[in-house]
Amino acid sequence: MHYYLQLLINGLVVGGIYSLVALGFVVIYKATQVVNFAQGELVMAGAYVCFSLTVQFHVPFLWAFLMTLGFSVLLGLAVERLALRPLIGESTISVIMVTIGLSSVLKSLVQLVWGTQIKVFPQVLPAEPLFLAGVPIAPVYLAAFVLSALLFAVFSLFFKYSRLGVAMRATAFDQQAAQSMGIGIKNIFALSWCIACVVSGVGGVILGNINGINSQLGYLGLKVFPAVILGGLDSLAGAALGGLIVGVLENLCDGLAKDFLGLSGFKEVAAFVVLVLILMIKPYGLFGSREIERV
Amino acid sequence: MSDLLRIENLEVVYNDVVLVLKGLSLAAEAGKITALLGANGAGKSTTLKAISGLLEGEDGAITDGAVLLDGQAVHGRPPEEIVRRGVFQVMEGRRIFQDLNVEENLRCGAFTRPRGEFRESLDKVYGYFPRLKERRRQIAGYMSGGEQQMLAIGRAIMARPRLLLLDEPSLGLAPLLVEEIFEIIQRFNQAEGVTVLLVEQNARVALSVASRGYIMEGGRIVMDGAAEELLGNPDVQEFYLGMGASGQRKSYRNIKHYRRRKRWLG
Repeated sequence: MHYYLQLLINGLVVGGIYSLVALGFVVIYKATQVVNFAQGELVMAGAYVCFSLTVQFHVPFLWAFLMTLGFSVLLGLAVERLALRPLIGESTISVIMVTIGLSSVLKSLVQLVWGTQIKVFPQVLPAEPLFLAGVPIAPVYLAAFVLSALLFAVFSLFFKYSRLGVAMRATAFDQQAAQSMGIGIKNIFALSWCIACVVSGVGGVILGNINGINSQLGYLGLKVFPAVILGGLDSLAGAALGGLIVGVLENLCDGLAKDFLGLSGFKEVAAFVVLVLILMIKPYGLFGSREIERV
Repeated sequence: MSDLLRIENLEVVYNDVVLVLKGLSLAAEAGKITALLGANGAGKSTTLKAISGLLEGEDGAITDGAVLLDGQAVHGRPPEEIVRRGVFQVMEGRRIFQDLNVEENLRCGAFTRPRGEFRESLDKVYGYFPRLKERRRQIAGYMSGGEQQMLAIGRAIMARPRLLLLDEPSLGLAPLLVEEIFEIIQRFNQAEGVTVLLVEQNARVALSVASRGYIMEGGRIVMDGAAEELLGNPDVQEFYLGMGASGQRKSYRNIKHYRRRKRWLG
C-alpha cells in the first residue's frame, strides 16, 4: 500500500509538470490555433539554460532561475518573430510542420552546445525527506508541486481578470473581430509564445532538479499530448487536470503492471491507452469546448 | 461643416485580381449619420474594412486612392492604430466573442481606452441597453440575436469612437428590434456627437436616421444626396424601396425598368 501511495505522489509531481507544459501548449493553441510540436523542446531549452547558469557560470540558483525566466521570454519572442510570424495567413498544416522543424532545430542546438550526456543539477533543496501523513516526500517534490499549482493559479487569474488575458481569449475566439477592437493580434501571438516558453522553462528547471536532464528531455512533449487532448485542447482547467491524470495514471499503471503481470515499461504507453478510451467516450476531451449553437 | 472622414478614389483589390472598389469617393460629415446603401456585392462592407484596416486579414489591399481622417491619411495603417485614432467598426454579423460573458466582451471594446474610464463607459452602455446589465455574467454565445447586436454596439460605445462604422445592424432582426436599435444609434449619435457611417440593406430605415446618403453599385458611388432627397428620388424608390415610380408596387413586365436600371449601372 505504502508503495502505491508513493507512486501516487510521484504521479502528482510529474503530473504537475505535465500540467505546466500543457498550459503552454493550450495557451498557444487557444490564441493562435497552432498545435505546437516543439513544446517539449522548449522545456529542454529552459532546463539546459538554468543548468548552464548554475553549474558552468556558478550563478546562485534563485538568480539562475529568474534569468532562465528572462531567457524564456526572449526565446518566445524570437521563435514567434522568426518562425511563426512569417507564416501568418498560411495553412495550419504548414505552421504545424514549422513547429516540428523547430523542435529538431532546438534539440540539435542543445546537443551542439551541451552534448548528449546526462547532466545533474546541484542539490538546491535539502535531501532530508518531509513526512506527510507518514509518507516520506522529498522537499524538491513538494516544491515542484507547489510551484506548478502557483503558476497555474496565476495564469487562471490572468485569463479571467486582466484586460490582456481577456483580450487573448477574445483573439482566440475571433481574430478579425479582436482586431476590430484595436487588439494587436501580433502582440497577442508573441505574448502567447512567451507564456508557453516561460511555463515550459519552469517545468524544465523542476524536472532537472528531480531527475537531471539529457537531450531526450524533449520527448516529454509527447506525454503532454495525451494530457491536453484528455483535458480538451482549449481548456486551462482541462490542461491542469489532464496533466495530473496522466502523471498519476502512468505511475500507478506502471506499478500495477510490475506487480501483477511482471511487465515493465508500461509507463510509456499507459497514458495513451487511457487517452484512447476517454476519447471514445468524450471526443472533445473532458473540458474541451464544443461550438456554441443557438437554437 | 467639416468632414471627419473623406475617401478619395479608393481602389481595393482582393487576392491581387478581384477589383472590388473602383475609384470610390465619399465623405462623412462630423457629428452626422451618413448612410451607404447598395445591393449585395456592391462593395459596402469592403469600403468599411478599407477604412478600419481590417482588409489586411482578408488578402485585400488598397491599390489606389486615400482614406483621410481629419485630413490625415490612415489607409495602410494597422487596424489597432486606426482604432486608437478613434475609428471603430461594428462588423457585419455582430461577431461577438461567444465564449466570453457580456462584461468581458465590453472590456474588449474598451481595450484601447484608459482603465480609469471603464466604469463610466460601462454605466453608459447599461444605460442604453438595460437588458445587457441584467445579463452581464451570461456567456454571450447563448444570447438572442437582438441582444448580441446590442452587445456589438455596446462594445463600440465602450471604445468612445469619433467615427463609428456600422455594418448592417439590422441583419436578421425583427422589425421592432430594428427600430429599437436604430433609435439607440440615433441617440448615441446625438448625445456624444459621434460621426456615423452606416451601411445598410434596409434603405428606408437607414435614410430615416441619416442626414446624407450614398448609393453604391459595382464598386463605385452612383448617386448621393441629402437623405430626404434620396427618399423622394423615383429611381431610389423603385430600386431600393420596392415601389413603382408612381408609388404603387412595381411590375417586372415593364421593360423600361430594366433599361433604366442598366443605364444607371453603366
